[in-house]
Amino acid sequence: MSGEAYDVIVVGAGPAGSTVARWAALGGASVLVLEKDRDIGMPVRCGEAVSNRSLETIVDIDSRWIAATIRRFRLVSPSGHVVEPDLGGYGYVLERRLFDYDLARLAGEAGAEVRTKCYVSGLLESDGAWTGVRYEYNGREQVVRGRIIVGADGVESRVGKWAGIDTTTHLRDMETCAQVTIAGADIADDACEFHFGNDVAPTGYLWVFPKGKGKANVGVGISGMASKRKHALRYLEDFLKRRYPRASVLSTIAGGVPCAPTLDTIVQRNIVLVGDAAHQVNPMTGGGITSGMVAGKLAGEAIAATVRADDLTTLRNYEKQWRKHQGNRHRTYHRMKTAVYGFSDEALDDIAARVLQLPPDKRSIWGVFKVALRHQPGLVWEMVRTFGL
Amino acid sequence: MLLVEIRPDTCDFCGCCVGVCPEDAIELREARIDIIEERCTNCAKCVWACPFEVFLFHTPARKERVE
Repeated sequence: MSGEAYDVIVVGAGPAGSTVARWAALGGASVLVLEKDRDIGMPVRCGEAVSNRSLETIVDIDSRWIAATIRRFRLVSPSGHVVEPDLGGYGYVLERRLFDYDLARLAGEAGAEVRTKCYVSGLLESDGAWTGVRYEYNGREQVVRGRIIVGADGVESRVGKWAGIDTTTHLRDMETCAQVTIAGADIADDACEFHFGNDVAPTGYLWVFPKGKGKANVGVGISGMASKRKHALRYLEDFLKRRYPRASVLSTIAGGVPCAPTLDTIVQRNIVLVGDAAHQVNPMTGGGITSGMVAGKLAGEAIAATVRADDLTTLRNYEKQWRKHQGNRHRTYHRMKTAVYGFSDEALDDIAARVLQLPPDKRSIWGVFKVALRHQPGLVWEMVRTFGL
Repeated sequence: MLLVEIRPDTCDFCGCCVGVCPEDAIELREARIDIIEERCTNCAKCVWACPFEVFLFHTPARKERVE
């Protein structure tokens, strides 16, 4: 077979894909990134919030990425109790359209080749091995060979499926999301708001994250099971009508977040899965930016080492590292999510009222969970073990 | 018989449906969505998962009437 060939082909140029590409290229591999959309970072299917600590450990932060710095969380119960737990740190709301662009640029500067408008439609197979991908560019079918193929293809996660890995997200674990960017609203610039309750966001939450200058990213995420009764967009519309009836809506976007434990298989022969595609989102919060980048770096380094050593078994180091650093945490987060999302409105109100009775210095995020899960001491112990609290 | 119908004008191409589809029966390009009829088992997971109500699910009887 003639044509192009690379050490690594990365499918998808989100934060995880660009990070894999960057670290694989820095380690000496030839890397091609194929992105199906015409513009990296667009549309923004994300709440855009991250903690400063987790982002700092993985990339040098550019101030242009930051739309707002978050110093407060406001957790709003169904009947309107507001709990403001002490964060013990701070966070950011990002401008993903700039952020993703820059991560792709960094991959390019490290030596990777990034291409947009390339829709990957299948794997190339030869003698029972995967040797590359098929993709469409501007209506033309093309092929490119690669020794290692990375599925960073997000919630869709089809690359893994083509390689025989069961990447399907159970309906229960799929948080189906609708979000808007609003402007001209009265919004505190330093607080992320989370609303809970059956009327607002059953089996999930509604978020209001400030983006500066009276703008906010407002969205709803609910489980695919809850969405059978009423879809995410309807919940969002109802909330906006009540809370921000006069605000301008600058974007309306759908999305899906796999809030599941990490897939059992994230490396299969020469196929590697990262980010949402590997179900590496924090299942409790639905946050996947930094966990996808952490995995991306681990994967990129393992891939570079594999290429240098010309030994596919080295690829397993990525999976081992991920399980070691994040595996238990994700399992525990998933169990916490399952417990919390099963609470009735009365239970949520009761939790809020109890937390408000705590002295302010005990109102940490951990304190909130301790109150919320007091009927499940087993889970509290698991949290202590997993997070070393 | 395909019982799932797509209203392409309402689709935001987010991929939520693809993520829950056990049969890999949905092709989603940047601004185009197709169901691969030979693979679809009418399980309706895409219908439920969609944030924007893009999918309609027809009962077999209704489908026959329409056709």
